[in-house]
Amino acid sequence: MAMLSFEKKYRVRGGTLLGGDLFDFWLGPFYVGFFGVTAAFFALLGTALILWGAAMGPTWNLWQISIAPPDLSYGLRFAPLAEGGLWQLITVCALGAFGSWALREVEICRKLGMGYHVPVAFSVAIFAYFTLVVIRPVLMGAWGHGFPYGIFSHLDWVSNVGYQYLHFHYNPAHMIAVSFFFTTTFALSLHGGLVLSSTNPGRGQEVKTPEHEDTFFRDIIGYSVGTLGIHRVGLFLALASGMFSALCIVLSGPFWTRGWPEWWGWWLNLPIWSQWPIA
Amino acid sequence: MAQYQNLFTTVNAVGPVSHGVELGHGNSPRTGQPLLNYWLGKLGNAQLGPIYLGGLGLASLIFGTLAINIIGFNMLAQVNWDPIQFIRQLFWLALEPPPPQYGLSLPPMNQGGWYLLSSLFLLISVMLWFARTWRRARELGLGMHIPYAFMSAIWLFLVLGLFRPVLMGSWGEAVPYGIFPHLDWTAAFSLRYGNLFYNPFHALSIAFLYGSVLLFAMHGATILAVGRYGGEREIEQIVDRGTASERAALFWRWTMGFNATMESIHRWAWWFAVLTTLTGGIGILLTGTVVDNWYLWAVKHGVAPPYPDVFPAVSDPALQAAPSGVKP
Repeated sequence: MAMLSFEKKYRVRGGTLLGGDLFDFWLGPFYVGFFGVTAAFFALLGTALILWGAAMGPTWNLWQISIAPPDLSYGLRFAPLAEGGLWQLITVCALGAFGSWALREVEICRKLGMGYHVPVAFSVAIFAYFTLVVIRPVLMGAWGHGFPYGIFSHLDWVSNVGYQYLHFHYNPAHMIAVSFFFTTTFALSLHGGLVLSSTNPGRGQEVKTPEHEDTFFRDIIGYSVGTLGIHRVGLFLALASGMFSALCIVLSGPFWTRGWPEWWGWWLNLPIWSQWPIA
Repeated sequence: MAQYQNLFTTVNAVGPVSHGVELGHGNSPRTGQPLLNYWLGKLGNAQLGPIYLGGLGLASLIFGTLAINIIGFNMLAQVNWDPIQFIRQLFWLALEPPPPQYGLSLPPMNQGGWYLLSSLFLLISVMLWFARTWRRARELGLGMHIPYAFMSAIWLFLVLGLFRPVLMGSWGEAVPYGIFPHLDWTAAFSLRYGNLFYNPFHALSIAFLYGSVLLFAMHGATILAVGRYGGEREIEQIVDRGTASERAALFWRWTMGFNATMESIHRWAWWFAVLTTLTGGIGILLTGTVVDNWYLWAVKHGVAPPYPDVFPAVSDPALQAAPSGVKP
């Protein structure tokens, strides 16, 4: 059985959002539920469509397989399958699978008597993806503004779109997003390190307490946010990374079409100092 | 039905402040009278302070302040000591490393000498701060996990400012100090070496960076979601598993077929964060020293497709013999 020693008493019925008891069962370690069925449907169909697209494409090189969105000339219409229609269907499947996965997480939360933090957090990631492949293309009037599904092709897309705005690092939302990414990783190393250092203090030493954790951080920087607070801080930093990422790309195109370095002109030309030349 | 979702603390308990775990002989006294802040208490601990300053901390702060002042006064000099222009142009100003013709020699102060001096002070400050984290962990009887993680960040810092410039034979390879100038350096660096997206260590570093953010979202959310069972008492849950750990583990097991434990999730976290700068440093160190054009490298290894129609017979001009008299 794929059950942990304490698992049996937690495997109870109920908590489903849809389908009642019909799909309320487990497959190995996986909980199924109505949304497990829809998630599997969308995931399998999407994967099959990717394989179909790859089979029609020029290469089976894993790094180079790419499913491109339709040409810009198709605008917001459906494209023939071989010319971006697959990309459109795969995008629908991806959103269907992600949404099903989030709702399945909600059902599992309800079953286990947990808060909804994880599905809410996951929704932010889905929203960032939705921004990239739906909101921004719709605002710009063509599905062709979505990114291609391929390992190196999506990197090329990031590179090319970045240079369309001359220098993407000057995008203020991108600056904030990157700062949040770095800060989250920094905070993660501190949190992981602190818990490990308390529970693995070295040979012959006793396991330490949250008192020691708080003392360490107060000694180092004068403040310890505490065992509960660090998880709020971490969740906030991580979600802010995702939200500002979505913001930085949706600004580029629909709301700002020139080079991002140019955007900063407003600062140099503020009325408090615009009467002076830039020395 | 409205439920308490554990996003902030609704009731701020006020009690006696903690002065911290007692320190042994050879330690300085802690500085500052701890105080309670209501708004900090909404998020986490309300207590602010005390802090342990000590010799290492004091020396680190002095050198760090010197480094930042050298950078700031150089920028101020560039705008003719005009404080208004300093604020106006702050994001554009830079303290640049020496021009390439100085190689690894010591340049005049206004030709990058100030840059090298501030870099030296910054390095001393960082290493003193590292020693401080080591000492503080040791004095409290904690493991060395945070100092070791700090070493991974220092590795990337040293690669950018010391190892790679030395291997390239020029201090001019180092990163300028300034908001937009360091972004310009990053973009120019990527373009010069054939797009860093084709650098596999850059790819790994990005994957670990995004992975770290994903992990903190998953972990932070999971712990808050089992907060009603005391899930944030992680040390206690590690040594004596309770229902919070069991539910947290089963949530992920039922979701994705796999779960960490209350201890192992922190090992995942530590490794993902540490590997971000570790792999990033390797990627930077190889760039220009071992690999001159990551796109051509990727084409050579069958990873990226060539573009023969657009660029017939691509050859990297940097690989050809340089005209005499021009230093790289």
